[in-house]
Amino acid sequence: MKNVTLSVDGKKITVPECATVFSAAEKAGISIPTLCRHEDLEPKGACGMCIVKIEGQPGFKRSCVTRVEEGMDVFTSTAAIRDIRRGILELILAAHPADCLQCIKHGKCELQTLAERFEIRDLRYDRYTRGLSVDRSSLGIVRDMNKCIGCGRCVQVCNEVQTVASIFFHGRGSNTIVSPACGTTMGDSVCVNCGQCVVYCPVGALYEREAVEEVWNAIDDPDKVVVAQIAPAVRAAIGEEFGMEPGELGIGRLYSALKALGVDVVFDTNFSADLTIVEEATEFLGRLKKSDPFPLITSCSPGWVKFGETFYPDLLENVSSCKSPQQMLGALIKTHYVESRGLDRDNVVSLSIMPCTAKKFEATRPEMHSSDARDVDYVLTTREIARMIRQAGIDFRNLPDGVPDPLLSCYSGAATIFGASGGVMEAALRTAYEFATGKTLEKVDFVDMRGMAGVKEAEIDVGGTPIKVAVTNGLGNARKMLDRIAEEKRQGRSSYHFVEIMACAGGCVGGGGQPIPNTLARRAARIEGLYREDRDLPFRKSHENPEVKALYAEFLGSPGGERAHKLLHTEYIPRERYQFSG
Amino acid sequence: MNDIQFVARFAALGKPLDIDAFALSSGFSGLRKALAMAPAEVVAEVKRSGLRGRGGAGFPTGLKWESIVGGDERYLVCNADEGEPGTFKDRFVLEHAPFLVLEGMAIAAYAIGARTGYIYVRGEYPQIVASLSSAIASAVKAGYLGEHILGSDFAFGVEVRKGGGSYVVGDETALLNSLMGNRGYPFLKPPFPTEKGLWGKPTIVNNVETLAYVPYIFAHGADAFASIGSPDSPGLKLFSVSGHVAHPGVYEFPMGSTVRDLEAAAGGAMGNLKAVQIGGTAGPVFDAAALDYSLDFASMRKAGGALGSGALVFMNTTVNMAQVLDVTMRFFAEESCGQCFPCRYGTRQLAFMANKIASGQGKVEYLDLMRDTARVMVGSSLCPFGQSIALPLESLLNGFGDEVVSFVKQQEFLKEAAV
Repeated sequence: MKNVTLSVDGKKITVPECATVFSAAEKAGISIPTLCRHEDLEPKGACGMCIVKIEGQPGFKRSCVTRVEEGMDVFTSTAAIRDIRRGILELILAAHPADCLQCIKHGKCELQTLAERFEIRDLRYDRYTRGLSVDRSSLGIVRDMNKCIGCGRCVQVCNEVQTVASIFFHGRGSNTIVSPACGTTMGDSVCVNCGQCVVYCPVGALYEREAVEEVWNAIDDPDKVVVAQIAPAVRAAIGEEFGMEPGELGIGRLYSALKALGVDVVFDTNFSADLTIVEEATEFLGRLKKSDPFPLITSCSPGWVKFGETFYPDLLENVSSCKSPQQMLGALIKTHYVESRGLDRDNVVSLSIMPCTAKKFEATRPEMHSSDARDVDYVLTTREIARMIRQAGIDFRNLPDGVPDPLLSCYSGAATIFGASGGVMEAALRTAYEFATGKTLEKVDFVDMRGMAGVKEAEIDVGGTPIKVAVTNGLGNARKMLDRIAEEKRQGRSSYHFVEIMACAGGCVGGGGQPIPNTLARRAARIEGLYREDRDLPFRKSHENPEVKALYAEFLGSPGGERAHKLLHTEYIPRERYQFSG
Repeated sequence: MNDIQFVARFAALGKPLDIDAFALSSGFSGLRKALAMAPAEVVAEVKRSGLRGRGGAGFPTGLKWESIVGGDERYLVCNADEGEPGTFKDRFVLEHAPFLVLEGMAIAAYAIGARTGYIYVRGEYPQIVASLSSAIASAVKAGYLGEHILGSDFAFGVEVRKGGGSYVVGDETALLNSLMGNRGYPFLKPPFPTEKGLWGKPTIVNNVETLAYVPYIFAHGADAFASIGSPDSPGLKLFSVSGHVAHPGVYEFPMGSTVRDLEAAAGGAMGNLKAVQIGGTAGPVFDAAALDYSLDFASMRKAGGALGSGALVFMNTTVNMAQVLDVTMRFFAEESCGQCFPCRYGTRQLAFMANKIASGQGKVEYLDLMRDTARVMVGSSLCPFGQSIALPLESLLNGFGDEVVSFVKQQEFLKEAAV
């Protein structure tokens, strides 16, 4: 690709010819303000904040959608431009609720940041509010269109990246609203709760449905035993909430923090990730023997599961019957743990810390009551647990590494990489190989499964049987894969034996509950952190986990056995896209 | 009275859907001549005629056709989404001379290599959708559309599509989005529709009136067309005349005719003329001095306005300019598509302020704030819609600001007096 040289505010800069003026300025160390552009998304030029003056061209140009040209002379912050930017901000603020102090995005809001940066001190316009009711119908996501500035990132990510198409623009002009079809609510819509809209929202218009207050109440209740679990991807991101680098592991500190908050028992979802692998590898090898329908598709990602139930009901028999690690551990907490400690199940509160907004939905599913109560009572996102830690005044960065409680917390390297796209597949292959061949797998790194690519494929030799596997992340990539699987199924064949699907780009590290910014670059760094931990752990294979072995010996019996089936497996239901409850 | 007419002559036949009557009046003779030429020659002829787009922007039609590049498939779209307030000339053409448009489309399609054409009719013209469909059926039956047009190898079919009632869709990029079933949002150029238009294929979008004048160029020659009107803007033009005139209607005049010519043609102003809005709601409101303006692209640009769609709205001294301000700003607020921030928020605030002024709750400070808002919108709106609000707004505040201010003050005084 050719390079071009241009001048930005008098600074000469050389960039590839496909670069935009916005990114050229960024490279020159100039941060052009924007409210709609996002580094992960195609720019649409909605907000108008990024206008620049290009010498010799009439008017102003949106730098986010203007390509660089050789010899261009760009000015990014003239008096006229600052005046217009302030004008746009004033117009937005006149229509924006002035409740920053109570807003979930306070201090992290892109609009607030720009209002401060451009010194908007008073508003000449008459203020107005839209008076729309806040949509709290969804179990994962709250939608407050009074705060929406119409940047369209959520619409883009929901339609173009995830292809769920739950939300879209409706209405016109200042009545434009982002909403599910036909005025339905989020809860009744096709939304899969992946929360990608939430992590791209620049303001407080879309956010996780919080459970912080309920969890405080449970902790404060002396009769309750609060038992927590922490998902793999949380450990690689929690530190970002406290100024640490993405990928810097915070699991030891998080064990300590939970204890400091008053959580009684701390387990680790990584334990049940290992358990999932033992069950799923057993299921996979069972399918190989019985030649049940292929491919087997993973079921850890509840966003994908609802997506599958909604758009691909004919493929549900291909989805692994294994519950997700969250729900496996929830069921064990409410049965095995309760029994082994002689506790009253109704006094045990099962709490999970997840990178995910869809986990909030998953925990409420009627199938997830194997203990005859909710197996997981509360789900907190990474962001919510960070808020609790801040509220308690805990200096997270300087916490000593704690240890989790025994019984359900030991884990292998195979478990920790569950948080990365391809991790479940890699973990499953490590175990399936040894289960199938009875031999020791020497080379445990399946590097073809790693990385941020949307679709990854490989052929693995498992004891003489070539196993074709594929990994996809992001529901748009999943949709392409699923269309192919469905088409092949109609033709009575399958290119793959085993397919991993994660709803979010990069896997769980990029989940809807992760720290914001949750950019693709940060997700990649978090993934690095997980593979580092995998490399350094004493066990690298799930079936080597001593606590997993003990669990089967003492409680579950054999993998895929009767008790395991009752507690660790589930079923799926075809769903209507919309429930018109009105 | 004007003696050179083209569209009006066909309209005067009084049998708009009678294809034989149209053909007998030398209709389709332009198509016959065009098909005898090579497509590139047809484009060259249109270029030579100097025909400029009649939708508002005045882009040279031949140049547009020439700029279409690539594509295994190409499309022609007739923009009949006539949404400009005070503009009803496309409706006139489609109602009274639909075959002229179909003939123009066939010539254009032949020139640019399109096999499929769409007429995008504004949603508020449902009866035109019906009549056009029947006109297309007769044209196919008579061999002017469909396979082997006039015995040649050229094939071209036309389909009618109904719009959903958005003004912004009059913009060609928004129209293409709407035609593809998407929300009617404009998209950024480049790439231009001539490279990537309908379904990503090279597409030409022409206005109804533009296409209606294409047959003239072939029936009478590019020179004949170029000899009418002014050198900058050759040919005839359809003007929509409304407001305080004796006989509102569509009048066909050469480009460069004066506002006075049109006023006279429409039977003169009723009462004392105070103002004329030219080019549509997105055009400036001039005072009576505008009677001497020449109506062509260059002259109107020089006068600080735009010819636009050729709409002329006459207002006499009974009109309260505060109310004109209100109606105009409300129009913009209702029709903003909502995609870009400056337009979505700006039109709303402008409509607020204008409405408060008109309803007697205005403040003098609003006038400056309205100007500031328009400046923000001109500088940062995504499409010409948001940028164009400054024309009517500033012309009203500059030309009639005193009247608006005194109305605000008078209302304040009346309120205080009532206490």
